[in-house]
Amino acid sequence: MFLLKLLSRNAFRHTLRTLLTILGITVAILAFGLLQTVVGAWYAGVNSSSAARLITRNAVSLVFSLPIAYQERIRRIEGVSGVSYANWFGGVFVTEKNFFPNFAIEPQSYLALYPELLLNPDEKRAFILDRKGCLVGKKLAERFGWKIGDAVPLKGTIFPGNWEFVVRGIYTGAEKSTDESQFFFHWAYLNETLKKTIPRRADQTGIYLIGLKNPQSAAEVSLAVDSTFKNSLAETLTETEKAFQLSFISMTEAIVVAIQIVSFVVIIIIMIVVANTMAMTARERIGEYAIFKAMGFHGYHIAGMVFGESLFIALTGGCIGILLTFPVSRKFGEVMGNFLPVFQVDNLTLYLDVLFCLLVGIVAALFPTWRAVRIKIADGLRRVG
Amino acid sequence: MPREQEIIVSIKAVTKSYHRGNQPVPVLEEISFDIARGEFLALMGPSGSGKSTLLNLIAGIDSVDSGSIVVDGVDIATLGEAELAGWRASHVGFIFQFYNLIPVLTAYENIELPLLLTPLSRRERRQHVETALSVVSLSDRTEHYPSQLSGGQQQRVAIARAIVTDPTILVADEPTGDLDRVSAGEILSLMARLNAEFGKTIIMVTHDPRAAEKAHIIRHLEKGLFSDVST
Repeated sequence: MFLLKLLSRNAFRHTLRTLLTILGITVAILAFGLLQTVVGAWYAGVNSSSAARLITRNAVSLVFSLPIAYQERIRRIEGVSGVSYANWFGGVFVTEKNFFPNFAIEPQSYLALYPELLLNPDEKRAFILDRKGCLVGKKLAERFGWKIGDAVPLKGTIFPGNWEFVVRGIYTGAEKSTDESQFFFHWAYLNETLKKTIPRRADQTGIYLIGLKNPQSAAEVSLAVDSTFKNSLAETLTETEKAFQLSFISMTEAIVVAIQIVSFVVIIIIMIVVANTMAMTARERIGEYAIFKAMGFHGYHIAGMVFGESLFIALTGGCIGILLTFPVSRKFGEVMGNFLPVFQVDNLTLYLDVLFCLLVGIVAALFPTWRAVRIKIADGLRRVG
Repeated sequence: MPREQEIIVSIKAVTKSYHRGNQPVPVLEEISFDIARGEFLALMGPSGSGKSTLLNLIAGIDSVDSGSIVVDGVDIATLGEAELAGWRASHVGFIFQFYNLIPVLTAYENIELPLLLTPLSRRERRQHVETALSVVSLSDRTEHYPSQLSGGQQQRVAIARAIVTDPTILVADEPTGDLDRVSAGEILSLMARLNAEFGKTIIMVTHDPRAAEKAHIIRHLEKGLFSDVST
């Protein structure tokens, strides 16, 4: 109790210096938390992907489509529990600034493969029955104020024209990592329109989504799917959903690595700042430490005072930083929702925050403690006065 | 005068030198003398004569090059650093020229500091602190911080801190050196009272002849040797 009282009073002996140091730690922990959350958001698709699903695309490139006739042949392959398909639509709502992912899907088989999209049974039925109906995520609906029955026009970019939809369902995510900013509509609606406007692009799909009876058989089923279409006009490349998502991340890996490096550099910088503060503190108090030693206090008492003060400052700044991380990341997530739909501070980031606070407090106190403990009493007393 | 002639501090052939670069600078040379229990000894001498060094050696905050210092039957020259710290905590009370109070602690808390190293309960510590405060007549200043006290009051708090553990010896290094004449007189009277009423053995380094007058014995040091002893 006495030690805590002494630590807190010592810490605020130079109020401005301590407050600025705490502020520095707060900003560093906040920056670290936000940057780590950005990285986490980048990988959200990977983290939410299922081990029981495969994705098949054109072996040449994702840009090229696959014939819709592949569906039945894939379904017959041993180990496949279900098949669905989807097309990246790339539609724009009013203006290109209003970006959100939108897909043409086959509703029944798609929803069967994605149980993490939670939907009221009535809305599900309404969506399946209405060929011009669309299904939107809760965040997306909130973002644009859409309600069931609202008409939503999208301007096609990949598939030209103005496309009219009616909101028939609003889904929520079963997991925190489920993207609630997606927009789904009927592939059949797209296909019928294409048959009239651009017939050569009809009866095609971008990817096949394959459900597995047993996740352990992913490699065998992937091989079987690709073998089935070998030497055809549209050869396939099948991979797990996670590998498929990672292939997107790998395109921007340099940015992610840069963000990671910056987040750790921030911690190293603040470690140096706190170490400087503690070194100044210890240098100013060498005389006091000598008095403590003269009275019979041991080296470990002195070490406790220096380490305690350093940890007190680091943890105070760290706790404020951690507490601020939540509202700031929420605000950040709202602003960046278009690009990073799942923006949540995960537990690992919090554990790292605490770990780095402790590390900053301990490392910053090492040298000052070494000096304070080694000071000879007579030498220290000469510095007083 | 000392109440008893029991020897409490016995210094034998103590030599101490410092090093300036590679050059040894002798400070004390073959010093030997005894201090009786209850004695009030003043060490005087010009700057650099070795009086503060001698005081530090007796208080166990510096180590001898050769010789022995036996305090209350313990040869402190043979103690390790940790043992010496424990020994100082229970046997030595320090009074410094610049009071050396901890500025973030109140008078009460400063006096309580040495008691934190003892197994006393919080209630027992409070009793000891209150007794020490009453001895130095500062019972009404318990919650004051050093910056809220005058120099004389701060030195009285330092004296209370020095006596609160009831140490074997009190060592004072220029205790009035930073005080005005009136405050210095009060502090010296208090020290004389501690010696006379409570039988405290006091070893005081001073430049001030008026301060030395309060002592029973005055030893003059010059160039590391005793030049004169007066009673």
